[in-house]
Amino acid sequence: MSLATVQMQGITKTFYHVPALDHVDFELRQGEIHALLGENGAGKSTLMKILRGIYIPDSGQITLQGKPVRFNSPNEAGANGIAMVFQEFSLIPTLTVAQNIFLTREARNRIGLLDDRACERKALALFREMGVEIDPRTPVAQLSTGYRQLTEIATALSQDARILILDEPTASLTHDETMALFKLMRRLKERGVSMIYISHRMEEIFQIADRITVLRDGRHVITDDVAHLNIQQVIEHILGRKAKSALKWQEHTLDQSREPLLEVKNLTCYSGVQGVSFRLYAGQVLGLAGLMGSGRTELVQAIFGINRIKSGEVRVHGRKLSIRRPENSMMARIALIPEDRRVQGLILNHALRDNFLLPLLKLGRLTRRSGLVDDREGNQLTATFIQKLRIRASSIFKPVRLLSGGNQQKVVIAKWLSTDPDIFLMDEPTAGVDIGTKGEILDMVRQLADAGKGIILISSEVQELLTVCDRILILKKGQISQELDRREIPTEEKLHHILQGAQVA
Amino acid sequence: MTDQTTAHSDEIKPRAGFLKTAWQRFDWQDYVVYIAFVIIFIVFSINLYDDGFLSQNNLLNIVRQTATISVMAVAMTFVLSSAEIDLSVGAVAGLASVTTALVIGQAGLVVGVAAGLLTGLLVGMLNGVLVTRVGIPSFLVTLGMLGVAKGTAMWITDTAPVPIADQTYTDIFGSGNLGPIPSLIIWTALFLVGGHIVLRGTLYGRQVLATGGNETAARYSGINTKRIKFLTLMISSMVAALAGMLYAGRLHSGRFQWGEGDELSVIAAVVLGGTSLFGGMGTVVGTIIGSLLIGLINNGLILMGLEFSQQLIVRGAIIILAVALTGRKTQS
Repeated sequence: MSLATVQMQGITKTFYHVPALDHVDFELRQGEIHALLGENGAGKSTLMKILRGIYIPDSGQITLQGKPVRFNSPNEAGANGIAMVFQEFSLIPTLTVAQNIFLTREARNRIGLLDDRACERKALALFREMGVEIDPRTPVAQLSTGYRQLTEIATALSQDARILILDEPTASLTHDETMALFKLMRRLKERGVSMIYISHRMEEIFQIADRITVLRDGRHVITDDVAHLNIQQVIEHILGRKAKSALKWQEHTLDQSREPLLEVKNLTCYSGVQGVSFRLYAGQVLGLAGLMGSGRTELVQAIFGINRIKSGEVRVHGRKLSIRRPENSMMARIALIPEDRRVQGLILNHALRDNFLLPLLKLGRLTRRSGLVDDREGNQLTATFIQKLRIRASSIFKPVRLLSGGNQQKVVIAKWLSTDPDIFLMDEPTAGVDIGTKGEILDMVRQLADAGKGIILISSEVQELLTVCDRILILKKGQISQELDRREIPTEEKLHHILQGAQVA
Repeated sequence: MTDQTTAHSDEIKPRAGFLKTAWQRFDWQDYVVYIAFVIIFIVFSINLYDDGFLSQNNLLNIVRQTATISVMAVAMTFVLSSAEIDLSVGAVAGLASVTTALVIGQAGLVVGVAAGLLTGLLVGMLNGVLVTRVGIPSFLVTLGMLGVAKGTAMWITDTAPVPIADQTYTDIFGSGNLGPIPSLIIWTALFLVGGHIVLRGTLYGRQVLATGGNETAARYSGINTKRIKFLTLMISSMVAALAGMLYAGRLHSGRFQWGEGDELSVIAAVVLGGTSLFGGMGTVVGTIIGSLLIGLINNGLILMGLEFSQQLIVRGAIIILAVALTGRKTQS
């Protein structure tokens, strides 16, 4: 059995009397990939921040290669070979790859000036060792997300990291990029690098991890070999008693002789959408599948007035819509839950209430006859929706940046739900949220459809599409390549194949 | 001018988590400008008592002298809150003082006032179009406009002051009183109350804050962010024109030099008051206190008998100190 590189025992950490970690044990072995799982708020990031010396535990012990250690800062942890690859990237876009990797540790020539050439050579050697092809002279701004991630890993390795913490590294990667990352991880593993892998994506964990540790409510639940567990068991450990029977798709009968709720005819945009036509009926969940860059996001953004339309038409309840700004679509009772909640969905520094009320305010539903905003009504509405969607926040005046990812996403959904739209465009509504919230969101999608709304759902997770959608459009290079009824897709594999085929053809 | 938190921002190490009392939780940084105001007021009251600092006349003077800055600072609060900046306010004030004075001489009071406001409207619309339609950063547009406005004012007057003889005008705009209250104080109060209500209580104010907080998210929420920015810049210039008319009323003349360099005092007052330079957070009450604080310091330093050069140094140091203390909040 391989030696434990890191041993954390009885780690306890309390923030203002709220326990975040309660006597948690964690062990990382030499050269293993160890998945750390749990819902948002389960204590994963607190535990990792302790390992990185950002927080100091109230009690408990950390040993590194058998020696007790105590890190007081990230620098001390770094000096001991512990590095973290961030979910959001900490690279400087205007500098080159090599300049970023050796930032503050630049090579110098004889007279003390920075030697970019030497850095580039060292970076190239590093990439060769990693088995990755990146030109070190490329400005980071020109790299795709996947390559940025690899550059971050290179930065860590250049500092002789022996222990890598990867926090949701695949969250914004394409399938191919994810595979490249996994290849690199396996290679690093052979060299004895130990990795802690945080992710919400079960399939990936079973592909890449050796062992799994689950945390729930700040406590250690289980640590075991991946081979001893299946996805269902892991989900049960993560959710605890909350585990419900997973959502199953049920067939719905739709009266398609009626007028469609939304009809898109021959829609072409200046970017990403080429002659797309489809219909959405009340009570229907329409899935949009396709690979990155297939035009899924551009299509819903066009319907919402963000992506400029070149030709074609959009009809709601049979009436042609002139869409120039999001306002026009909002008036026609269309809502967009955007892809990137932190940039497009929320004003992070503003209070939960102010974020929640924006669309309602814009639609003039909270303006009194005096022209002033009715704040009492607004506060009450906010409180009502917090309860309805079970958003966990101590106050409606709390800045949304302090909420967990899942709760932030619920705020984005709530702010549109409150305007009571007929048509919901949802762009990856479950990306980066924990399993519990994910289930709640998918439940909500189904309930909205059952209540007679029409929903367009974009998702990169095949399982998710198959769980809630009645019909699925496959997009490829801005065009619809196939339209499938849910009944025509017996298994996840089948849809995977169709998607991959769409890529090859 | 975004204010996105960086990847590391949530990693601030909390202090050893014991004895977090209510006092410690009190975020005094939100109130730096008020605390500074009170402290400086007390210090001056004690040290400068014999120089007449506390006399009613002197105190009214402070408010009167800061009125033009206060009025422009209220509009600037909206501009900064929307994550833009307007460097042309001082020059626009000078230009509007000149156009008002010239037209009053020719066509009388009402047309003169209209001409002053029209000056602001035109400059503001030009600023707004260049920023929101052409896409030039407001810093550059308004920096250029500063020169254009000042040059125009010098050109059309041959750099000479234009006297105003109309007493109704000078009474309303700066020299007169309403009962015991100087008209400049009434103008300040109007902008304080009006600005506060508009920023906090109206749809427009909320949209300004949302636009400055995160323009993309605001747009995705249905807000026409370009229109909001256009309006905000337009109003800023109109208010600057009004401030120029107040200068003209107080000094019984229009001249290109009225308001010269005011943009810096105005921005200092707004930031001192707690409005973020990066948008999304603003307070009109704080702005007025910030403006009065600057006026208070000016007044005290003069009573102390400091030379102008020394006043500049002390005033600059106090402003930097106060903004530094507000720092963490307003800077990202």
